Amino acid sequence: MNPHRRYRFSLPLVLFLSPVLIWLVLLIVLPHVELLLMSLRVEGDDGGFSYSLANYRQFFDEPIYWLTFVRTAVYAILVTFLTFLVALPVAFYITKVVSPRRQGLLMLLLLMPFWVSELVRVYGWMILLRESGVINHFLVGLGLWEQPVEMLYNDVAMVMGLVYTSMLFMAVPLVSVLESLDDSLIEAAHDLGGNIASIVFRIIIPHAMPGIVSGCIVVFMLTLGNYLTPNLMGGKNSLWFTEQIYNQFIASFNWNQGASFGFLLLLLSSLVIWAGLKITRQKLGKVVQ
Amino acid sequence: MAIDLAVNQVSKSFGAFTAVEKVSFEVPQGHFFSILGPSGCGKTTLLRMIAGFTPPSEGLIAIRGRDMQGVVPNRRPVNLIFQHLALFPMMTVGQNIAFGLERRREKRGVIRRKVARILERVGLPGFEAKKIDQLSGGQQQRVAIARCLVLEPAVLLLDEPLGALDLKLREQMKVELKKLQVQVGTTFVYITHDQSEALVMSDAVAVMNAGRFEQVDTPQNLYHHPQSAFVARFVGENNAWTGRVRGGDAAALQIDTDDGCRFVCRAAESLDAGSPVELFIRPEALLIEPDEGIADLNRFEVQVRSILFDGANSRLLARPLQTDTELLIALPQNRQYDHIRVDDRIAVGWAPASGICFAAS
Repeated sequence: MNPHRRYRFSLPLVLFLSPVLIWLVLLIVLPHVELLLMSLRVEGDDGGFSYSLANYRQFFDEPIYWLTFVRTAVYAILVTFLTFLVALPVAFYITKVVSPRRQGLLMLLLLMPFWVSELVRVYGWMILLRESGVINHFLVGLGLWEQPVEMLYNDVAMVMGLVYTSMLFMAVPLVSVLESLDDSLIEAAHDLGGNIASIVFRIIIPHAMPGIVSGCIVVFMLTLGNYLTPNLMGGKNSLWFTEQIYNQFIASFNWNQGASFGFLLLLLSSLVIWAGLKITRQKLGKVVQ
Repeated sequence: MAIDLAVNQVSKSFGAFTAVEKVSFEVPQGHFFSILGPSGCGKTTLLRMIAGFTPPSEGLIAIRGRDMQGVVPNRRPVNLIFQHLALFPMMTVGQNIAFGLERRREKRGVIRRKVARILERVGLPGFEAKKIDQLSGGQQQRVAIARCLVLEPAVLLLDEPLGALDLKLREQMKVELKKLQVQVGTTFVYITHDQSEALVMSDAVAVMNAGRFEQVDTPQNLYHHPQSAFVARFVGENNAWTGRVRGGDAAALQIDTDDGCRFVCRAAESLDAGSPVELFIRPEALLIEPDEGIADLNRFEVQVRSILFDGANSRLLARPLQTDTELLIALPQNRQYDHIRVDDRIAVGWAPASGICFAAS
């Protein structure tokens, strides 16, 4: 058999793939080509266009832009890591500790918040945390605090909101990967003298690595591209890079600059994910399975 | 002789269900002790209590004289070989075996030497860098044993580790495991539902049923002198009759079977006339065409239903005349009985001492 044969296109294959190909070309490839061209275009004084890297240079010349960019990247990595720390015990509890009957119920509870939109969920947090909110009301009422404290509009609140928003996308791959972990491996490690730390780091995490990496990729991408939560919970001093893009497009009406920012963000997420895969020695093909 | 494992009046209940009920036994150092029982008899629960994964509801477990109550599995001087071995697939053979030693914070050089030595001992020298999924079933078995033995446990617990192997390999591993146990001299506690594994390998076997020990004895005694109907039925093959006592004493009890035969047989205890009994005779205790001169033989005629040829283990399936009882009769392959055909009527006899009967429950 000629190994190249299976790569040859046949009519049924083309017909079968055409919806997805059309979708990819029209909605992903074409807009990005347009964005790329736009990001390279500079409006001259006379109203004409010329192509240059001026928009990208602008990004490096203006500290607020690249500082926001770095800040966004660091916080997105932090959020991804925190989400992992929260989701791993949750996933372990659901798969290994509770009875199978209650497993479904707990998964449902995990899913439930995602039936309402992100906007409503963020408003829920705002009702809890704001100066005149529920938590302040109770703490002042109990006499623990004399004055209501503003807990919103800072980095901590924003990170918490982002972790909450991304929880599910980390927990689901972790649950599915931990389900395939044989309980007797954990018991065997325990029997051979392993303590909790060595069981987690030598058995559970190596086994769960594909799930951890795929969860991290999804959470990182969602967090990096999130606009709503940083905007509503982060306040004035917690700038997120998506807000810079929004400002360029809507406030400054500088589409060319905005397009270059969009491209830089795309580059950043690709780079971080590539680095993540290299560090954990995972293959993208295995992780997305 | 030093006692490595002492189990005293141990029980375990899960809600209203009692999995293990007042079990006691002792295993001397260097012995191969088996617990034999059908699935669901509580033997795995018992083993897990010894390993420390399940706390007993009652009773004491002592290992080398030290009470194990409240001692967690990673602090007990016992190691367990799991039914499906539970080798760590994310590690190499060497890392698997080194896992326990690393937990004890032994030096790298020492670990490397110990791993190499134990791999040699189980017949897999130089296998350190192999992946678990590159090994055959028998090799994985040996790695699992090596992983435990390298820690030099007081007692090695084995939870039906041969169950997943195919027949040929299982036969081979049985012999190897016994040889290895004698070589290293570690106390083994082995649980199985396969009576041949238990009989071949063990110094002593406990037969377990419904959470209790029915009998703890040497393999020979279990086979020849079962102390309960369950042991008689479970260990080795047996023909069973139900019947009633007509008279006599324990040495020679006269019995009328429900299908109309009359036998004389030894009993475990004396039984009153009229009480219901169960009678057991091994297939090899039934003699085909016995010599007329032998006195006191229970003699009767059977019709051959089929010939089950299985080499040295060949048997006849036959019915005593005018009954529906099916009997297994050992058919020695010494060419003496080659003339027997299906539907033949043949004489059969057995000595009163080779059968045994128990009061029916």
